[in-house]
Amino acid sequence: MTDEPIIHIENVHKYFGHVHALKGVSLDVQKGEVVVIIGPSGSGKSTLLRCINRLEEFDKGKIIVDGIPLDTAANINAVRTEVGMVFQQFNLFPHLTVQENICLAQRIIRHRSKEEAAKVAKDLLAKVGIPDKAKMYPPQLSGGQQQRVAIARALAMNPKIMLFDEPTSALDPEMIQEVLDVMLNLAKEGMTMVVVSHEIGFAKAAANRAILMDDGQIVEEAAPEILFNNPKQERTKLFLSKVLK
Amino acid sequence: METSDKNAGAVNPEKILKEAHKVESGWILVGTVVALILIMVFTKPDPYQNMIVFMADGLWVTIYTTLISFSLVLVVGLIGGLGRISKNPIIRGIATVYVEVIRGIPLLVQLIFWYFAMPAILRDLGTTLNIESLANYKTNPLVMAIIGLTIAYGAYMSEVYRAGIQSIPKGQMEAARSLGMTYFQAMRYVILPQAFRVILPPIGNELITLLKDSSLVSVVAVADLTRRGREFTATNFNPIETYSMLALLYLVLTLLTARLVSYTERITKTER
Ligand SMILES: Nc1ncnc2c1ncn2[C@@H]1O[C@H](COP(=O)(O)OP(=O)(O)OP(=O)(O)O)[C@@H](O)[C@H]1O
Ligand SMILES: [Mg+2]
Repeated sequence: MTDEPIIHIENVHKYFGHVHALKGVSLDVQKGEVVVIIGPSGSGKSTLLRCINRLEEFDKGKIIVDGIPLDTAANINAVRTEVGMVFQQFNLFPHLTVQENICLAQRIIRHRSKEEAAKVAKDLLAKVGIPDKAKMYPPQLSGGQQQRVAIARALAMNPKIMLFDEPTSALDPEMIQEVLDVMLNLAKEGMTMVVVSHEIGFAKAAANRAILMDDGQIVEEAAPEILFNNPKQERTKLFLSKVLK
Repeated sequence: METSDKNAGAVNPEKILKEAHKVESGWILVGTVVALILIMVFTKPDPYQNMIVFMADGLWVTIYTTLISFSLVLVVGLIGGLGRISKNPIIRGIATVYVEVIRGIPLLVQLIFWYFAMPAILRDLGTTLNIESLANYKTNPLVMAIIGLTIAYGAYMSEVYRAGIQSIPKGQMEAARSLGMTYFQAMRYVILPQAFRVILPPIGNELITLLKDSSLVSVVAVADLTRRGREFTATNFNPIETYSMLALLYLVLTLLTARLVSYTERITKTER
């Protein structure tokens, strides 16, 4: 029973019209595991991540998250409250303050009181290192700060799983580390994480497993040291030679 | 999106000056027209003062017909706009047909239909179905006029709402949904508050156009400003004076509405 994966993906196919974006992807993620996904543009990394919380519908196959199959609308909403997602473009709500961004879903989904939600927001902002920004609006923050707010907003729902889709690739270089540090801490605390990112340093430091996707398929999966230093597949070697340069 | 947001937060002194200038010139125009009306009334009480006294109730009818219709239009337009972007093809189909049909028929023809044809249809229906109250249905011109204006402008407003909602980046809905919100919660708390700021100017335009188009209800037995003006000339035989005053009164109403709209716009802009 302890070996029951928290995310079970089985032979998932996804089409966008004629584009076959996922070609039979299977993946199990254990509780507390950190999985990093790399791969060339258009290989289906985002699509796979978005299928896990059903922002994208898939056409064939099966995904079970924390024992809940993604089929009925009620199940999809149940899964979404257990799965936090962080986007490349942050997607903070620009008309709300940082604090309101973090409190909104707590209030209407978790039905927490105003004080309770505010307390959670305060603690999380301290945790991501920006305790003094609660009253500001997202456009007034730097990219790195916005992304940390986005992480706090997702964490406020007490998710069991966090999905990150290239969380640092829209950031200026000097802001990347502050976001990665927050993610590293989260990994240390035992959060289950699936991260699409080409930050090899982060993958080596935090990940239990690294996966290379290409052309809608998982090409290779291994421990990060092995995948990045000693890959078996030619395609992995080719891709890494481009990324590491 | 990110950079434009940053600019929105910045203070641009030139822009503020320009805005201030626009505000002032708007009020100057209102003041000029009001002054003109007052001068006419005081220098020539006959016919201008008599005319204003006679038309006052019509002015009131025009104002509340417009306001009631507009409040309903805001709701109908929202429902229509959500229908237009619905994933459900049946709902989307109904909304699209509604918008296209209404936009293809002149407003005057629609108002005539509601006033003359609809009651007849209801009475026929009542007779066939043997429902006595329906068979003896008596028209209330004002109710029919408000229904007509609401349905017509609801269709125009649907398109305004649709454009506004679609102008909000897709990531906003995705972020809201990924937090576990339902479609309607995401709409209510995340999308619509942002869309509303975008569509405030076109909504204001719709209000002004509705105010002007409300003069068409004079044709379907509503004693609005226009109809009262026509009644006044009919007994006093002074079309030049009456219709000049009528035009000036509408002008004051629309200019004042424009002021109100730009004022609300400025409030929502400085809110953040
Ligand atoms: N909404 C969509 N409509 C049509 N095609 C899409 C859509 N989203 C993704 N695709 C296609 O599906 C394929 C996989 O896209 P996906 O975004 O998952 O790739 P990715 O690995 O995340 O790439 P990137 O590194 O550029 O983000 C691509 O060919 C893409 O063009
Ligand atoms: Mg992607």
